[in-house]
Amino acid sequence: MFAVVSADALRIRLQHDVLKSQPPRPQRLPMSWTWFHRLASPPTFFGLAQRLAPWCAGFGGALLLLAWFGGLVLAPADYQQKDAFRIIYVHVPAAALSLSLYMAMAVCGVVALIWRMKLAECVLVAIAPVGASFTALALVTGMLWGKPMWGAYWVWDARLTSELVLLFLYLGVIGLNSAFEDPRTAARACALLAIVGFVNVPIVHYSVVWWNSLHQGSTILKLGKPNISADMAWPLYAGLLGSYLWSAHAVLRRTQNELLLRERNTRWVREIAAATEPGA
Amino acid sequence: MNKRQKRMAAVAALVVGIGVAAVFGFTAFRKNMMYFYTPTDLIDHKVSDNAQLRLGGLVVAGSVHRGDGLQVDFTLADCQKSLPVRYDGILPDLFKEGQGIVATGHLQHGVFIADQVLAKHDENYMPPDLAKSLKAQGGTMHSCAPFKSAYGDSTMPAQAQAQAAHS
Repeated sequence: MFAVVSADALRIRLQHDVLKSQPPRPQRLPMSWTWFHRLASPPTFFGLAQRLAPWCAGFGGALLLLAWFGGLVLAPADYQQKDAFRIIYVHVPAAALSLSLYMAMAVCGVVALIWRMKLAECVLVAIAPVGASFTALALVTGMLWGKPMWGAYWVWDARLTSELVLLFLYLGVIGLNSAFEDPRTAARACALLAIVGFVNVPIVHYSVVWWNSLHQGSTILKLGKPNISADMAWPLYAGLLGSYLWSAHAVLRRTQNELLLRERNTRWVREIAAATEPGA
Repeated sequence: MNKRQKRMAAVAALVVGIGVAAVFGFTAFRKNMMYFYTPTDLIDHKVSDNAQLRLGGLVVAGSVHRGDGLQVDFTLADCQKSLPVRYDGILPDLFKEGQGIVATGHLQHGVFIADQVLAKHDENYMPPDLAKSLKAQGGTMHSCAPFKSAYGDSTMPAQAQAQAAHS
């Protein structure tokens, strides 16, 4: 017994010496993943979000104001829809975000399920309410646009129906998340729903291509030349970029909240709490 | 396979499985996903006179005739065939010759009797001046392409389609 232990100890010591004398091992992969693992650590991401979020909000808000001014005031009226077409400057960015955020949520779901990464779970849960809001906005603005132009607030065509299903998927993720006591179990269930529901994203996007619908085809969010004149298009692009930045801000802030809540018993959160205590 | 690789395989299988199921399902129910039929569909396929359905197409130029009160007769066309429509009611603001329309109603002796008419505008936006100069070159015509046959590929000739449906 004694001999075995001492032999082990000797081996460990020898190994230690050998390792010490060796130069650092060259990296196996040309691209290192350390940045990724560091980013995934809650305090690092929290700090990064703290620095990024105000910029997203500032630039996003400014771009949105520019887009609304350009779209509602500067852009000419449409030849057939007249001023009613201007709701496009809210409707299209909202609809684009509803799909993009779902895609981001599904990617987080994959990372959360496979790599069990806590940060991905937090982002997933943070995206759902933002995505649901943009989906609801897209649906409401679409209805307000549909009544004067098509003649109906709502029809059950493939585009409108699949977008409504998208809203229900977001609401499902929100509901599922609050149905579990343990946040990690909840996030895993949400991840599964997000991944399963992802099949709806291409359906929403291509519904107007694959099937007959009352909704028209895509004007700019497709391959090929946009079907809108330049003086009407630029506020739309500004609105799209502004919405992306604004929702990035919203997701970053919500993720920060989620991280603080889940990590409330860790040292880094207590340090932040102590530093931001009134009178500290 | 370690645990992570197993999870990876499970997620991949889930995504592929749902994707394949969706493709099969939506291919099988393609006709049910169509919001409306086209004139070609109704002419080439026998439709019961009382069946309530939707018909979509472009209003043929020069075909609009106003009758007593709100009654209006016009012809709807897709890329191949056209069908007369009769409607008694208020038309959407965008209704005009060349405009896309989706009408709900039923067939009666080869005429589509509509209860409701909705406008299906296209995805082109431009200021009126540009539209005017394009129109002078004959370029603002709405496309018949969004009015796809519910029974198959709309690029298929009507006869081949009818044969495929009858065989």
